[in-house]
Amino acid sequence: MENTISGIATALVESGIGIIRISGNQAVEIAGKILRTKGGRPLDIRESHRIRYGFVFDGEKEIDEVLVSTFLAPKSFTGEDTVEINCHGGILLMQKVFQATLKAGARPAEPGEFSKRAFLNGRIDLSQAEAVADLIAAKSEDSIRSSLSLLQGSLKEKIKRMRSRILEDTAFIEAALDDPEHISLEGFSEQCQGHVEEILSDIQELLKHQREGRLLKEGIQTVIVGKPNAGKSSLLNCLVKADKAIVSNIPGTTRDTVEEDIRIGSLSLHLIDTAGIRETEDIVEEIGVNRAKEGIEKADCVLLVLDGSLPLEEEDRKILALLEGKKAVVLLNKMDKESILQKEELEKLSGFPVLPISAKEGRGMEELGQKLEELFYTGSLSFSTETYIHSERQIAALEEAKSALELVLEGIRLELSEDFLSIDLMGAYSALGRILGEDVSEDLINEIFAKFCMGK
Amino acid sequence: MAFLEEQVDIVVVGAGHAGVEAALVSAKRGHKTLLFTLSPDSISMMACNPNIGGSSKGHLVRELDALGGMMGKVCDQSFLQSRMLNQSKGPAVHSLRAQADKQVYSQNMRHLVENQENLHIRQGEIVSLLCNEEKTEIRGVVSSTGARYYAKAVLICTGVYLNARCIYGEVSEETGPNGLRRATKLSQALLDLGFRLQRFKTGTPARVDRRSLDFSKMEVQKGDVPVVPFSFSTDPDTVQIPQEDCYLTYTCEEGHEMIRENIDRSPMYNGVIQGTGPRYCPSIEDKVMKFPEKNRHQIFVEPEGRYTNEMYLSGLSSSLPEDVQMRILRTMAGFEKAEMVRCGYAIEYDCLNSLELENTLETKKISGLYFAGQMNGSSGYEEAAVQGFMAGINAVQKIEEKEPFVLDRSEAYIGVLIDDLVTKENKEPYRMMTSRAEYRLLLRQDNADLRLREKGYALGMVSEEEIKATREKQEAILKELRRMENTYIGANAENNRILENIPSSPIQSGISLRELCKRPECNYQNIAPLDPERPSLSPFIQEEVEIEIKYEGYIKRQIQQVEAFKKMERKKLPKDICYHDIHNLRLEARQKLDMIRPENMGMASRISGVSPADLSVLLVYLEKEKERRKEEK
Repeated sequence: MENTISGIATALVESGIGIIRISGNQAVEIAGKILRTKGGRPLDIRESHRIRYGFVFDGEKEIDEVLVSTFLAPKSFTGEDTVEINCHGGILLMQKVFQATLKAGARPAEPGEFSKRAFLNGRIDLSQAEAVADLIAAKSEDSIRSSLSLLQGSLKEKIKRMRSRILEDTAFIEAALDDPEHISLEGFSEQCQGHVEEILSDIQELLKHQREGRLLKEGIQTVIVGKPNAGKSSLLNCLVKADKAIVSNIPGTTRDTVEEDIRIGSLSLHLIDTAGIRETEDIVEEIGVNRAKEGIEKADCVLLVLDGSLPLEEEDRKILALLEGKKAVVLLNKMDKESILQKEELEKLSGFPVLPISAKEGRGMEELGQKLEELFYTGSLSFSTETYIHSERQIAALEEAKSALELVLEGIRLELSEDFLSIDLMGAYSALGRILGEDVSEDLINEIFAKFCMGK
Repeated sequence: MAFLEEQVDIVVVGAGHAGVEAALVSAKRGHKTLLFTLSPDSISMMACNPNIGGSSKGHLVRELDALGGMMGKVCDQSFLQSRMLNQSKGPAVHSLRAQADKQVYSQNMRHLVENQENLHIRQGEIVSLLCNEEKTEIRGVVSSTGARYYAKAVLICTGVYLNARCIYGEVSEETGPNGLRRATKLSQALLDLGFRLQRFKTGTPARVDRRSLDFSKMEVQKGDVPVVPFSFSTDPDTVQIPQEDCYLTYTCEEGHEMIRENIDRSPMYNGVIQGTGPRYCPSIEDKVMKFPEKNRHQIFVEPEGRYTNEMYLSGLSSSLPEDVQMRILRTMAGFEKAEMVRCGYAIEYDCLNSLELENTLETKKISGLYFAGQMNGSSGYEEAAVQGFMAGINAVQKIEEKEPFVLDRSEAYIGVLIDDLVTKENKEPYRMMTSRAEYRLLLRQDNADLRLREKGYALGMVSEEEIKATREKQEAILKELRRMENTYIGANAENNRILENIPSSPIQSGISLRELCKRPECNYQNIAPLDPERPSLSPFIQEEVEIEIKYEGYIKRQIQQVEAFKKMERKKLPKDICYHDIHNLRLEARQKLDMIRPENMGMASRISGVSPADLSVLLVYLEKEKERRKEEK
């Protein structure tokens, strides 16, 4: 087994403990890269069958306090060197630890791959072989289903478009190589460069904004907007506090930024405030519509906070208009006071769900969680562990396509001949194909024949 | 009346490009070989174009030569013009192509075959095969006269002759190519044995009388000087001969209009031809109909030989009626008074569904029976020749009870070709293409000898003298690479002035020649002034050294990919595996695997419809079976 793989070994649900498992001949090395002692020194995890206490880091950022067990080959579940990281069982935390292992050099495990390796290394006996095969078959079915649901709509179309453009260019090069007397590549490098640069920027965009992927990975990008004094800061505080109460073990959550990762219900939110909410509340915030607009554009979800005890003003209406086409919840704050704005009326007016809350007293948070779940858990999208890891595989494939295309540009810069460019173009093509789960073998030949008039 | 004619070791049916290579291999290895042909006058006949080599096909010829096949050597003695194609591109796609004198090529090859010890030519049509009662082992062949020939192995290399039909517009003739006699019985015999056949189609253009052409209206195409020979054994000095010219002209709108007007008279369009034609070598009517935006198509005018006035019209393949072809011809520049000698035609023929074959080209059903060449659904002389060689070697290995000889996709274009034939469903004649080779940076035409000569030598097909030359070349390359790595040039004014002339940026500190050569603007030639100690090496060695250095990064990456590939190739699939019992496999995968029965996991992974999850399931199943067998013992 050449690769070291990583996966979330426990269910991706809120629970006491989550296990991230790394298996393969570089498991110890990879885990070593992200683990430190309490004192900040590298954690020595080389000795087999021992449990150690330490911290997982993503770069310089501390993620979680963990227990780490090392099992050296062949005495492990898979029969390979294995490191298991026991972290706190929040979805977001498990995802972060998992991602840290990927960054350190592991690749996301294929469906059923741990069991497969265990079996192939003789760690699971014969009677269980059938079960392993079933598991692989079932899990990959699952994975294909979730990949399809993850890829519904525009993302799939985008990737398809990128692929067909890459294929066109490659086919042109290949046709010319096979039939140099009829097809000339004169000046083609420049054209190709333009195409590749465009596709690269599309991929970068995708990597940055891969909505569903990010939804699972970083939490839902959520922006809180509203007029000064509507209660945005109290809402943020209240959400952060509620989260802390449930997952009290998140260490090192820095409190001096305007962004917070919190969990509400079963969702992870990445909260962004539009107006430097960490400033003390005494200072009157000067929030302009423009600032809100900027935040809303980038967000997956918008929480509009209105002061329920005051009538709707022009500024509120302006912000409401900005929410068009977004997933949003309107929060009628200060339900502890006498309410002027009516829930039903406002729902009619805005077209968004409206929830009365009291940020000050922490009321309505549970309802908010439910509302958000309704908004985001729709259709066939199910956030199983497999789905999540699958989205990581897709991101890895996107990254691979990106580096292949960068090699194409490098090749053009070095004035390498087109047959070299074609090698990396095909690399990018097949990496993108893996996202769609498509077979590549005959595509190029078919494209050459379909588009070019080959002579003889 | 049936009678026993003879007992031999190996029977080869068909003396085209596949058959002769197969027969030569078998005879050279000391086996009494009988080579059947419908006519000894058409041994190694080049029935279509007068070229040998070309993009990726040139690679095949070189690989065949490295292994000990004859096509390259004979071509070096028979060519009229030679060019290295794609020279402005990377080394992986440089490709040698020669215009061969068709007659001389055939004559030279016939001479070799006729004078080969143990090899016997026999005119006759083979009509059926002799097998054991269970029809699992080959015993021999029966000719149309009733003669029985018993053999340990039989190779079918019948090209496009089985139930062949040539179509010229509304007229069709039941002949093989060029009006030659066809074979009508063998197809049925193969069907009776349970083989699946398919009907393919190909075509050839008209030939014209060179005296009727006005070459001043065409662009002349000269051969390369100096000529690079095909064979690694040919002394380059012997191929520096006066070369013949080729010419380039174009079709025009007027001709295209004629085609459109008469398209209902084309057998391809009116349904007369049912066979599947190749997409890569479309007829002119196909090109005009499929690419209406192109208002002209290139036509290369190439000599068929030194002793004939016939010129071949590359790009004008057609099965339109004779009168239409004639009129189209005369619309082209320089062809106003063209005289047509032979009319273009389409040819339809029976061939084997190549999924019937193992990667040794032996049939899965009948042991000792091999197929090679166009009969396997490939196209091209070169594709045929390499298959003939490989089938021949494997037949010999088998009757000598030795290991089969298989090249994989990382070792040779030959490996790619055969692997494609036996794992993919081919719906049209298969042509080699450089884009089919995943590891083409390693499979270059320049290093075919370094890749394959040792193998050819081990098979007894390469002489002591030849292997010695290859080993010396290999040694010289390594030595020069080491020298370049260990020779440093100093950062002095003199050296920096030379660099400035290249032009390349000056150096601040010492740098090895190898590092310097890696710079994009530098090459082995232009850094020579910095390297006074350089030994005098042949251009072929210099070329290898330069490629090795300049493309090191790409080459290393491909080598890594090959390692992963090899891992899968090494995982063998047992012959008796019952895919239908593996219920975790998806149905499509079960059916495909059962039909194709791949040799190993790598081949299985290339079958369309077999997913990565299926492969994992298969892997687990294999391991389980292995354990079970161990436990039973």
